Amino acid sequence: MVELTDIQNTSLRQEITEYVEKVNERQHLIQLYSKARPDLQDIAAAIVAGDHETVDRLTEKALQEEIQALEVMDDGLIAGMALVGIKFRENFIFVPEVLACARAMKAGMKHIEPILSASGIKPVGKVIMGTVKGDLHDIGKNLCIMMLRGAGFEVIDLGVDTSSDDFIDAVEEYEAPIVGMSALLTTTMPNMGKTIEAFIDADLRDDVKFMVGGAPVTPAFADDMGADAYGDSAVECVDIAKRFVATADS
Amino acid sequence: MNTLLNRLEQGDILISDGATGTYLQNHGLEAGGCPELFNSTHPETVHAMAEGYFQAGSDMVETNSFGGSRYMLQKYNLADRVEELNRLSAEHARKAASSDQFVLGSIGPTGEFLEPNGTATPDAMYEIFLEQVRGLTSGGVDGFCIETMSDIDEISLAVRAAKDHTDLPVITTMTFDKGPRGFFTMMGVTPEFAAEKLTELGADIVGSNCGLAIEAMIEIIRAMRSATDRPILTHINAGIPTLIKGDIVYPDTPALMAERIPEMVQAGANIVGGCCGTNAEHIRAFARQLKS
Repeated sequence: MVELTDIQNTSLRQEITEYVEKVNERQHLIQLYSKARPDLQDIAAAIVAGDHETVDRLTEKALQEEIQALEVMDDGLIAGMALVGIKFRENFIFVPEVLACARAMKAGMKHIEPILSASGIKPVGKVIMGTVKGDLHDIGKNLCIMMLRGAGFEVIDLGVDTSSDDFIDAVEEYEAPIVGMSALLTTTMPNMGKTIEAFIDADLRDDVKFMVGGAPVTPAFADDMGADAYGDSAVECVDIAKRFVATADS
Repeated sequence: MNTLLNRLEQGDILISDGATGTYLQNHGLEAGGCPELFNSTHPETVHAMAEGYFQAGSDMVETNSFGGSRYMLQKYNLADRVEELNRLSAEHARKAASSDQFVLGSIGPTGEFLEPNGTATPDAMYEIFLEQVRGLTSGGVDGFCIETMSDIDEISLAVRAAKDHTDLPVITTMTFDKGPRGFFTMMGVTPEFAAEKLTELGADIVGSNCGLAIEAMIEIIRAMRSATDRPILTHINAGIPTLIKGDIVYPDTPALMAERIPEMVQAGANIVGGCCGTNAEHIRAFARQLKS
């Protein structure tokens, strides 16, 4: 069994010790980081530190050393964000820190994205993302989009204040089978249900899967409105999207 | 000498008003519509709202200007009407107030993040707040309530804008969430830190509004009281909203909330009022409770 000391990067070892209390999460991160190349562990540590300059520099270096772009992304950038998500959930860090980490991820993705597009790798799936009508909050949505793109999805970002018609038009234009909706206000949450109803009315409900999230949204609420899945983190958003693709293919 | 601060110095427990948003929504404001525009299109409604709260027992009401900053109004293409809509919001409340009732200019978050979290510079945000302060002052407010804030830097710019340009008292309230490690604003500010820092910044009255229900708010106010000697204000939600058959429902009744008011005062609150989901009935219940 791998242990904490199998992780070469000292900062990652310290972070896990100090901030990851759940045993299964500890083990998962120990596995994740210890199997990564030390150079990529350093990238993960820089993501956790919200250090966009270091992430920029080390990502470029790793790619120059001909480490595969997907490996750099998975073991460096995404692996780092996993710990960020746990710290945020547990109130060890807050929105400003998460935004710094997201900026750091963006700095790394700047080098990765061109390689992924040029490689002609087909997107894993297509997702339409938007914050619902009347709601202007987008931090969570933007984080999810970054992670989805990082995971190989093609994402069409409809932005904020997105009407049911906007969602329908986008699904039709891009032939996207997955729609992600976000809301931060309880007053705009009902618009998620309204959008799903609009898809039913337009005879499009069976063509898409809906995933929803946002601070006031709950699994019960997601169920009530007829969504296909609820996620409470950007990481879970990616897992849900992958699940949708897998079940569609089967 | 401002009578609001005098009354607090005398040890009076004062009552603020209830929700603005839900009132306007029940009187014609469409979901997603601009509340501040009602100051121009539905002046009687805005005036009646203030009157209703005063009649129910409010010692003070807030102006309908919560989203009245340039950043917020420009989303409705109303950026050129900042001064007008803020001034009108104060005028409508002023008209409903008697000589011993107060009008507080509501100033909410701008919706923008300061650098490096976002793109707003401190200077630009200061000017945004100053614009609102000026409009509200010309409309006749007795003070300002800078509320529903999460970020200390943002709130300090608003306090400075008010203090640099008026002699009116400034109230500042922040919104807290309860997480695994206690109460924090979205930006990581604790109630104790907020009380201490806002007092340092020169706020005359500090406190908390929105977010959680009365149970949690009592804890928050107690924590703030331990970190400041300033008067404390709280605007309390009528519970955590839930969706019942597509409608937002705030579950806490006037009676349920009023019952906890004495505990709230004991915890350190000097001014109590309602936030989301409350109405004149809640205020009436608070007033009855405090008289008994």
